[in-house]
Amino acid sequence: MIGGFADLLERLAFTPRRSLKLAHLAGYFAATPDPDRGLALAALTGDLDLRAVTPSLLRALVAERVDAELFNLSYDFVGDLAETIALIWPVTGASQDVPLHALVDELQRTPKTDLAARIAARLDTLSPSQRYAYLKLATGGLRVGVSARLARQAVADYGALDLAEVEEIWHGLTPPYESLFHWAEKGPKPVSAALAPFRPVMLSTPTDAETLTALDPADYVAEWKWDGIRVQAVSERGTRRLYSRTGDDISTAFPDVIAAMEFDGALDGELLVRRGDQVAPFNDLQTRLGRKRVSAAMLASHPAALRVYDVMLWQGRDLRALPFEQRRRELDAAVQTLDPARIDLSALLPFEDWHRLAALRGAPPEAVIEGVMIKHRASPYLAGRIKGHWFKWKRDPMLVDAVLLYAQRGHGKRSGYYSDFTFGLWDGDTLVPVGKAYFGFTDAELKALDRFVRDNTVDRFGPVRAVKPEKVVEVAFEGLNRSPRHKSGVAMRFPRISRIRDDKPASEADQLEALLRMLPPQ
Amino acid sequence: MPSNPPPLTPRPEGLYCPDGDFFVDPVRPVPRALITHGHADHARAGHSAVMATRQTLDIMALRYGADFAQSTQVAEGTSRIGGVEVSFHPAGHVLGSAQICIAGQGGRVVVTGDYTRTPNAACAPWEPVPCDILVTEATFALPVFRHPDPQDEIAKLLASVAAFPDRAHLVGAYALGKAQRVIMLLRAAGYDAPIYIHGALQKLCDYHIAQGIALGDLRPATVARGKKGDFAGAIILAPPSAFAATWAQRFPDPVICFASGWMMVRARARQRGVELPLVISDHVDWSQLTQTITELDPAETWVTHGREDAIMRWCEMHQRKARPLRLVGYEDEPE
Repeated sequence: MIGGFADLLERLAFTPRRSLKLAHLAGYFAATPDPDRGLALAALTGDLDLRAVTPSLLRALVAERVDAELFNLSYDFVGDLAETIALIWPVTGASQDVPLHALVDELQRTPKTDLAARIAARLDTLSPSQRYAYLKLATGGLRVGVSARLARQAVADYGALDLAEVEEIWHGLTPPYESLFHWAEKGPKPVSAALAPFRPVMLSTPTDAETLTALDPADYVAEWKWDGIRVQAVSERGTRRLYSRTGDDISTAFPDVIAAMEFDGALDGELLVRRGDQVAPFNDLQTRLGRKRVSAAMLASHPAALRVYDVMLWQGRDLRALPFEQRRRELDAAVQTLDPARIDLSALLPFEDWHRLAALRGAPPEAVIEGVMIKHRASPYLAGRIKGHWFKWKRDPMLVDAVLLYAQRGHGKRSGYYSDFTFGLWDGDTLVPVGKAYFGFTDAELKALDRFVRDNTVDRFGPVRAVKPEKVVEVAFEGLNRSPRHKSGVAMRFPRISRIRDDKPASEADQLEALLRMLPPQ
Repeated sequence: MPSNPPPLTPRPEGLYCPDGDFFVDPVRPVPRALITHGHADHARAGHSAVMATRQTLDIMALRYGADFAQSTQVAEGTSRIGGVEVSFHPAGHVLGSAQICIAGQGGRVVVTGDYTRTPNAACAPWEPVPCDILVTEATFALPVFRHPDPQDEIAKLLASVAAFPDRAHLVGAYALGKAQRVIMLLRAAGYDAPIYIHGALQKLCDYHIAQGIALGDLRPATVARGKKGDFAGAIILAPPSAFAATWAQRFPDPVICFASGWMMVRARARQRGVELPLVISDHVDWSQLTQTITELDPAETWVTHGREDAIMRWCEMHQRKARPLRLVGYEDEPE
């Protein structure tokens, strides 16, 4: 029923915590029959293929029923088109709950010329929250803070299934996913009929110099850890797909890579933007992500490439059970046959002992290298994060000493605590905000920061407090990108508060200039 | 019909009646004030003479001390003040709230103060008062505001309490009116467990009980003797400002709820970090406002505060004479 779906969207929208979102989703799957729950799942994962209902169609609809000035005043206040229409739509009679599948079916089947009238007739019989859910469904983009992966995780939770197994078969399934739910309810595992399916990837565990001393360097190989995105390139009997490490199909955004996948097999590697030998900063890759269509200009200015480091299948043979060294030999041979401009090998690093590797890690030849990967020579390709096989030894985070400027209250267990902090650096004699962090500190440090915010508030903007620029914190982050959307011109990756610098006065916090020097070359 | 001079005129201090030489809900100290209800932006301390309902006077004394004005007069029946006759009529907003009817040479004017037509077990219901000029509030005067049945909102709260028995439900509700309204709605829904209240609500809850509003078992939300876990599954009422204070840190993984008409708009709820929005309003919504104007059919409608643009447009569309007063000093977004 659309009513149940509307309730779900409302709960998800207001629930900040991941574990509770999962609980809401699992509860919905348990309480909702097929095919509605599968359609809801597809709506959340972005797999529901509906005729695009455009904002202009909806605006025209509402203009027939509501005075334009009244609508505009309302839209200004509410700020969301679907929500404004859901609330303002004139009530004609009692609302009537209808199955989700009836609405989806109607949106899929109604000819374009009749679509506006059908939508209007539906809005007449739905309640405000149902209208909202219906319009969000029709226009796409639910915006309830649930990723495709989280939605799949919820199905796995619901059926006590392994997420990796769900992701492996996901691309062979289609809405409304009845076989998947049947499996979750103790039925047989669906057989994926799709070509070029996603296979669960092997993940690494973090390590450090101290942990490594216990290991024999002769048992391991090392590679650079490139700052791109982990992908799986699968090509089987003419079907080519590029998956993110969570199994999302990102093929449409990378036609240049797809075109170069002249093989039959499944390769594991890093997706990068590469101009000749030069690997571009992560920022360049980000401009290519999430696009439905890529312009020719973008393909030319931001050419994508694969740097492969493993092979899972090759010409019909499953190589995953082989030890790494053997797979690597297969991979070396395989890459020889491919276009080196688009697909090349991740080089193995020469090192005799951990000190030598530490030296390499400390002075990488390119800025886009974020550490080293260490892999056991005998490891098979194992799904998931299994300890003892693959390690990542990331470079030390970048650090700046910044001044706290603003604080906002947290949610859930952090209710009542100021736990989201904005901090800034000196630009001459003014402090410019450079980032936000809401983790990294201990519970005791959180209490101290909360106390500082309460005792030093100088201004309030809704839930945000401005504080006296006196508290210095050490901010650790993994990388830095140029960002025209930020006042400082830069955006930090994974910033967190690593230390409170009560020993430093604000005047000795870092200059913005020092941060800008950490930017990768343009 | 209104004639010159107008029976009421906006001044910096508030809405002024020249024939009676008094102000209605003035925002600055004046010699003579008529007060519609006890909310702080309408009822301020420091006037010389104050006329209001018994309950509003009591509430002002509770909030500001017994000496909040030099003299007070209980509004009963019809009183003559200068050249006009004034009478107070229930507004349904909070305990003691009244609309003020002013009859004089300029005709009959009704100043609504804040009001709602939705039944409210914590106070007397709104009454229609025929008039030539309706001076109305417009807090929720946008056609998107059609507030749902408050009992359905309470059902949402109780369902959440049942679903999360280990969490405390912290309901933000203003101390005068909204808190008692929420309590009465909970009681009407059959919830007879103790309800915990923040210290700032105590005096006004006690006063409601003394006035015969059966709020049931209320207990202070203190942890002096207990532990965090003691509030698991409990409903706790507090003024919303308490959520920003360290006070909120004492509860186990609280579900932040907020009882307000603004909760209809998702962005508003998210902005405040609300996990469970409860659309419970003490004001007329769009339907009630337009219904009131239609039924009373005044020659003119004046809009005191709130979102006057939309209701001005509606009056224009329905060929009704209307005028925005744009009074300053009232909270734009009370509740």
